[in-house]
Amino acid sequence: MAIPRPAGDFDRRYEQDMSVLRRPWQVGLLLLFLLALYLLPLYSSGSLISLVNRIGIFIIAVQGLNILTGYTGQISLGQAAFMTVGGYVSALLVGNLGWSFFLALPVAGLAAGLVGLIFGLPSLRVKGFYLVMATLGAQFIIPWLARNIYQDILNGAQGINVTVASLKLPVIANTCFLGTTYDAAANACYFRFGDPASFLFITITVLLITTIAAHNIARSRFGRALVSVRDNDLAAELLGINLFTYKLRAFFLAAVYAGIAGSLLAHNLRFINSETVNLTSSVLMLGMLVVGGLGTSVGPFFGATLVLLIEEAVIILTPILIDLIPAIEGTASAALRPLIFGLALMLFLVFEPRGLAYRWQLIKAAWRLRPFAH
Amino acid sequence: MNWQLLPQFAITGLLGGGPIALLALGLVLIYKSSEIFNFAHGQMLLIGAMATWWFSSDQALGRIFPGEEQFALRIALAIVLALLTSIILGLVIERIALRPMTGQPLLSIILMTLALSQVLQGLTIITFGTTQRNFPVLFSTSDPYRITLPLAQTAGAAADCTFALGGDLQPGCLIVIIRQDLFWSFVIAMVCVVLLYAFFQYTRTGLSMRATAEDHETAQAVGIRINRVFGFSWAIAGIIATIGGILIATASGLSLGLSVVVLAAFPAVLLGGLESIPGAVIGGLIIGLFQGLVALPNNDFFLGQEAAQAIRNAKEIAPYIILLIVLIVRPDGLFGQKRIERI
Repeated sequence: MAIPRPAGDFDRRYEQDMSVLRRPWQVGLLLLFLLALYLLPLYSSGSLISLVNRIGIFIIAVQGLNILTGYTGQISLGQAAFMTVGGYVSALLVGNLGWSFFLALPVAGLAAGLVGLIFGLPSLRVKGFYLVMATLGAQFIIPWLARNIYQDILNGAQGINVTVASLKLPVIANTCFLGTTYDAAANACYFRFGDPASFLFITITVLLITTIAAHNIARSRFGRALVSVRDNDLAAELLGINLFTYKLRAFFLAAVYAGIAGSLLAHNLRFINSETVNLTSSVLMLGMLVVGGLGTSVGPFFGATLVLLIEEAVIILTPILIDLIPAIEGTASAALRPLIFGLALMLFLVFEPRGLAYRWQLIKAAWRLRPFAH
Repeated sequence: MNWQLLPQFAITGLLGGGPIALLALGLVLIYKSSEIFNFAHGQMLLIGAMATWWFSSDQALGRIFPGEEQFALRIALAIVLALLTSIILGLVIERIALRPMTGQPLLSIILMTLALSQVLQGLTIITFGTTQRNFPVLFSTSDPYRITLPLAQTAGAAADCTFALGGDLQPGCLIVIIRQDLFWSFVIAMVCVVLLYAFFQYTRTGLSMRATAEDHETAQAVGIRINRVFGFSWAIAGIIATIGGILIATASGLSLGLSVVVLAAFPAVLLGGLESIPGAVIGGLIIGLFQGLVALPNNDFFLGQEAAQAIRNAKEIAPYIILLIVLIVRPDGLFGQKRIERI
């Protein structure tokens, strides 16, 4: 849907037409928002920082799912499994091989992407519901492999503790700056991202990169090809789009995003096992995508934020509810999370299937057209 | 490989496949009539089993019919009440959750049943709690049936066989132990399958359900109220899920984890073919058989001990390995309708 603009607002150059942020105030607002996010540890509590980390990581995973499900129309219940792959790969590379986290992060994404390709192979022959079952298979087989193979390295069902991500900096004038610690063995300074507050820098930066990538994938030729696969695969094929390779590429990208998110999650929690993210997380991410809005760049932001805020609100409200209804004391904490998430998702599916992104468009349009209704 | 245990594991697996086949049938039933794949089937099963437990417990019928001598009456009434509950549950689910989804895209429908499974899970926890429950014992577990298979026709072997306890303890003969609860749940599951088949073939409602499955508009044109048919199929699916839940809970105990057994029924449905009722049954039995057979490799397995251990642990994912093979080799399943469509 085209966004109406005020009268007299034209694109005079090609760059203007292509720009994401059209107005100086939009750029300024974005920079202010980013600054506020980066400086969050200065003025907010630890639990809020952890929540923002979690939201950021899930946004990245949902962005990947958006490429696969939102643009390409291939429904996947395996996103959490690919996150598990990314988490394990990066944990092993950093912990056992001593790689830098910032090198392990993209490699974890690539590794998850390759696994994603394997489970994307059935899309050669099946689609729709059958593909859901294939990805559900990934969701069972990958955690099972993590529990049962190479138990001396992967430590079976217990999972592994993850080394703190650290950034190596050179020693300048015999001192280490910016709160880094000196390591005599390597003769270098290390900045350790051990607590959520410092890890927030990594999360926000990676999220910024993945967002720019996802938005530009969506509006490139490749992204439009994916949309055409979703809207009418036969017509897309007639237009010269090789369905199989495009679906596989979408699977690959989705799994890369999941791998990056999984790597971030593992290093943020400092721990990973086969149940850190599970089938319920996959359902949760599909839910986030639909709540936010399928096939839109802002959808993952709205969806992940809203769903995780609801979860947080449930945790806060549970003691109050127990005060009101004492009978549910022992069960409420386990029951309310799935109950509220399920109800919210059902309500969205019935009353707002286009998600919050559509509502956002309507609000923006109304704001631009004020004081007129149309 | 311990080949002498093969018949034992095969039969145990096959018997375990009975309830899986029943659950797969419930999934196929809903898919056939309304093209909805019910991811909430596991939670419907859990609620059915929990309701049976609750009705038979001291809080409900146990108060009215106390004591051991009235056990049978108590259980029978509890099962009837649980079935009524599940019928109401099925009708409510269809009316509230899935009727608004008519004509919506596949993703919405899949997500709706997934959301439904979350809601039902939450409701179950809040109503029945998270503790493990002692499900009433319906079949004796202490006195298994024994079948003797003579292996080698050596003299005197047949006489020894009747006294052997384990599977391969006696040389020259083989004893298969069949747990009573597994055996009877298999029998009940198969009776239910036959009854359902008869219902579809020989009753007017069954006929209208088959007509709806064939074509919604044509069915409406001949005067079938398809909304009522959808309600019917959800009610029957609720009944099937409850029976399956009772059968599985008697064999493996009642806890919140019960709903995961239905995850073995999903591959069974695809193996048999999404629209095929006999396919669902055969698919369920094959999945059960395969789950029994993965326990077979022992320490002298040709790939080594660790691989054998891994394969023995593979019971939960064995169905999904079959699933991936089916999807790549034969996506329509063994008995499913061939879709002529290029993708």
